[in-house]
Amino acid sequence: MSLTYLDAIREAQARALAQDPRVFIYGQDVGAFGGAFKATKGLAQRFPGRVLDAPISEDAMVGLAVGAAIEGMRPIIEIQFADFSTVAFNQIVNQAATLHWRTNLPCPLTIRLPCGGTSGGGPFHSQTMESIYAHYPGLVVLTPATVEDAYSMLLEAVALDDPVIFCEHKYLYYHLKAERLPAEAMPVGKARLTRPGRDMTLVAYSAMVHEALAVAEELASEGAEIEVVDLRSVKPLDTDTVVASVARTGRLLCVGEAWPWGGVTAEVIARVASEGFGLLDAPPQRLNAKDTPAPYHPNLWAAHRPTARSIAAAARNLLRM
Amino acid sequence: MVHSAFSPGTARAIGSCQDAHTRAYRLMLLARILDDKFASLYRMGKIHGGVFLGRGQEALSVAAGLALRKGDVFAPLIRDQAGRLAFGEPILDAVRTYLGSALGPMRGRDGNVHRGWPREGLLPMISHLGAMISVVNGALLAHRFKGLAGTVGLASLGDGGTSTGAFHEAINQAAVEKLPLVLVLANNHYAYSTPNERQFACRCLLDKAAGYGISGETVDGTDLSACLTVVGQAVNQARAGGGPQMVLATLLRLCGHGEHDDAGYVDPALKASPIGRDCLKVAEEQLLEKNWADASMLAAWRLEAVRTVEDAVAKVQREPAPDPYRQDWCALASRHLAEACEPAEGAGREIKANLSERLK
Repeated sequence: MSLTYLDAIREAQARALAQDPRVFIYGQDVGAFGGAFKATKGLAQRFPGRVLDAPISEDAMVGLAVGAAIEGMRPIIEIQFADFSTVAFNQIVNQAATLHWRTNLPCPLTIRLPCGGTSGGGPFHSQTMESIYAHYPGLVVLTPATVEDAYSMLLEAVALDDPVIFCEHKYLYYHLKAERLPAEAMPVGKARLTRPGRDMTLVAYSAMVHEALAVAEELASEGAEIEVVDLRSVKPLDTDTVVASVARTGRLLCVGEAWPWGGVTAEVIARVASEGFGLLDAPPQRLNAKDTPAPYHPNLWAAHRPTARSIAAAARNLLRM
Repeated sequence: MVHSAFSPGTARAIGSCQDAHTRAYRLMLLARILDDKFASLYRMGKIHGGVFLGRGQEALSVAAGLALRKGDVFAPLIRDQAGRLAFGEPILDAVRTYLGSALGPMRGRDGNVHRGWPREGLLPMISHLGAMISVVNGALLAHRFKGLAGTVGLASLGDGGTSTGAFHEAINQAAVEKLPLVLVLANNHYAYSTPNERQFACRCLLDKAAGYGISGETVDGTDLSACLTVVGQAVNQARAGGGPQMVLATLLRLCGHGEHDDAGYVDPALKASPIGRDCLKVAEEQLLEKNWADASMLAAWRLEAVRTVEDAVAKVQREPAPDPYRQDWCALASRHLAEACEPAEGAGREIKANLSERLK
């Protein structure tokens, strides 16, 4: 048996629907059609009345989820592309994220954001939104990089009593495979030391973890041992694991597919600089997408986001510092 | 708990017109006196932030609150003091939220009209207009999932709110799902200072109902009897499975947007027109006309309302303010994640010291 990252997301939703009558799925084309990416394929048939097509109304979709959560349901909202979540921005950051703080009532809902670039996606089907949602208090923001994490973290997202922004990477949907679904899982909020090393800490999350691993492999042949940390969740951010890694390596490169201004890589570097400045043997570095909208053409797209090649160049540079 | 005092559902017995009208009038009166008290406290500098009154909209608002019963969902807006009281919100909730008491439903974390008990069906509004309607839809969909039949959700909105995308998305959503949503639209002719002609270009806001494929009805928002009848019918129709209902009330806001606003922009011709009538006076005249009350009863009711308001304010003014040092500065319900959210002060230095020691 071989499962893709997308299969894992579908199976996690099937399990959530099967084990908890409070769960329902709402989103555009998620019903009989099975979703634009087939992340809900077959679920409407298996769980009649609980996988509902929504009108093209992201604001109302998330507002509805908040109302259902107030009444004790556990909605899963599929936004067709993460980019369109801007239409629901108000309901996410002002309604869902503030409810518990204001009223002491939990707001358990999961918003699935198919995010990240695929070649040909262009400016409005390629965005990664984790940084902007992580900025707001009251939200949990998850960025699974593996098939196993996609499965277990989505189930944990549904079980959590808070609004969860679940950033699933479109590039990983079909490219990533695993033999079986995990029997147990690391909890949300813990980063994973994916590959040990002693010369440099390479922090990544979501699809960039795989680019980072490729770089670690490549640089190993040049004699450099690179430690790769997969953040898994960007909010909460597991600072301890990152700082502990930097304590071992003395060097930090943080890679993200989102834009450079503010954001996850800036936050990681800020925390390491303030909490572990003395551990650093070189200035902490980061690599992000270029500060332009995501381009359409494959040549431009490949140059816009960090790749194994650009990360390797940044890593070599840092090792020389 | 304060919310155990909830007793929505008083309106079922519209059987007796006299009882319903009297009860509604007394709630309107209480709301007006409470609003006036807030205005006075505002001018005395006793209220943090703004004060937003329902003056001129009490008849419509009370009709909305009275038409609902236990198990229903109510999303009031800024001019719904009367409707809130009618739905069963304790008067202390309003006073505590305006004065920022730690004992109020929002515990000083949110203020003025931003209050409620969501689990009890009273949704605490956010400021973004139209945003509460889809939340009501979600609660109603949850009722459907849970097999709760016969409940209704009612959302209040003004003329300005109909221009938002959230309004459009949510009404369409309710129509697609055939939810028992009642949208009560108060066209008070000004969104803050913006008049109708700069807000919409359709002949009448009720035209929008047809566009969404839902039922709609108009009512004179200054006439309590008419409001009780029309809003009551809309709620009954939604409850009976008739799908979303829109009620458009025509009236005039008889105050500023907030107490900071002297409303100098309101057209004097509108004030002098029938829509400029004070609904509280109209309701009072109706009571006297039908011999349902006399002057001494009116005076007694007023006195009782004043006492209720003064007692509530006196009580809340002695209550503690929220203490920032004992505040749980944590926005997440998942405590185990919240602690990881915020880097603990000093922890970094400790880690660094330990690790530096080990690496020597």
